[in-house]
Amino acid sequence: MSELTVEIDILRYRPELDSEPFTQTFEVPYTPELSVLEALQYIKDHLDSSISFRWSCRMAICGSCGMMVNGVPKLGCKVFLRDYYPKKVSLEPLANFPIERDLVVVMDDFIQKLESVKPYIIPGENKCLSEGPYQQTPEQMAKYKQYSMCINCGLCYAACPQYALDKKFTGPAALALLARYNRDSRDNGEAQRMKIVNQEEGVWGCTFVGYCSVVCPKDVDPAAAIQLLKVESSKDYLIGMFKPD
Amino acid sequence: MPNNTEKTYVRSHEPVFWGLFGAGGMLTAFFTPVMILITGLLIPLGIIDKQHFSYEKINAFATSWYGAAIVLVLVALPLWHTLHRIFHGLHDLGVHRGRDWQQVICYGFAFAVSVFVFTLLLQMF
Repeated sequence: MSELTVEIDILRYRPELDSEPFTQTFEVPYTPELSVLEALQYIKDHLDSSISFRWSCRMAICGSCGMMVNGVPKLGCKVFLRDYYPKKVSLEPLANFPIERDLVVVMDDFIQKLESVKPYIIPGENKCLSEGPYQQTPEQMAKYKQYSMCINCGLCYAACPQYALDKKFTGPAALALLARYNRDSRDNGEAQRMKIVNQEEGVWGCTFVGYCSVVCPKDVDPAAAIQLLKVESSKDYLIGMFKPD
Repeated sequence: MPNNTEKTYVRSHEPVFWGLFGAGGMLTAFFTPVMILITGLLIPLGIIDKQHFSYEKINAFATSWYGAAIVLVLVALPLWHTLHRIFHGLHDLGVHRGRDWQQVICYGFAFAVSVFVFTLLLQMF
């Protein structure tokens, strides 16, 4: 073990003990290959077993370990102490979410937003199994693939100033997910989903700050998905003027 | 409200203002730097002869139908762009009081000045 150490500030909150969150500082042995998540595991194993945080895959696939690292939403497994050393690292639960305990946040609203956009293929005609699978050309797949890479980590919601101001806003990940299904050639649910898009709390709650796309660990670019949906919504608005439903 | 009722969706009228905002933004981005370059640098430095921007020339331009249209578009659309930005900027800054009045004042101002410029150009003919 090296002699070098790094200080880590963690915002702690244990609802049964603390009336409000407070910062606790830990000193962790520093190695350049240590991720923030591994540093947290070191703290839990050797310094304070009571500390709570979510994690699972350790390789930016499960989307569990989202947290604010020095005020920026990041995945704990994808950010390394060497990026901050010798400065101290401060860890806080994801912004814009209620704290459940320590670095664990309540994701209920986020999950509900994801569910609200009808995130499943709504087929046009019911094909019989014997007719074989729905086929897609590489071009048709390229239209939505990027937006299907979301791991639901919630970093974009922690980054979004509009979600911070108004929790009714559907938000970046859910709208990118909506775009993913609307852009899929096998899907026929666009008319249903456009009603969600067209609302004030749909795409029109977004003012294109673009921070969601900056923090996205999977390069989903939800801001682009939302701006493209704004164009679709504007077309839908024009059509709606002549053909109200 | 019971859970089994279908959610009612309310369509936003934002596309109208977003459209004007977008068009104005394009114009502002493409033409404003050129206009500043010409009127603020190239003419004062004598690179462009200022006779091209004499009263008679500009008046003749503004009183032609295409010139009037260009002047109207170049004034009105960037104005809609600006006031849309200000309206949403107020929300971003956390000024939540009187959102409807903010809307009326912002877009009302853009509308009033657009009409004003239109009338001004019309009476020059």
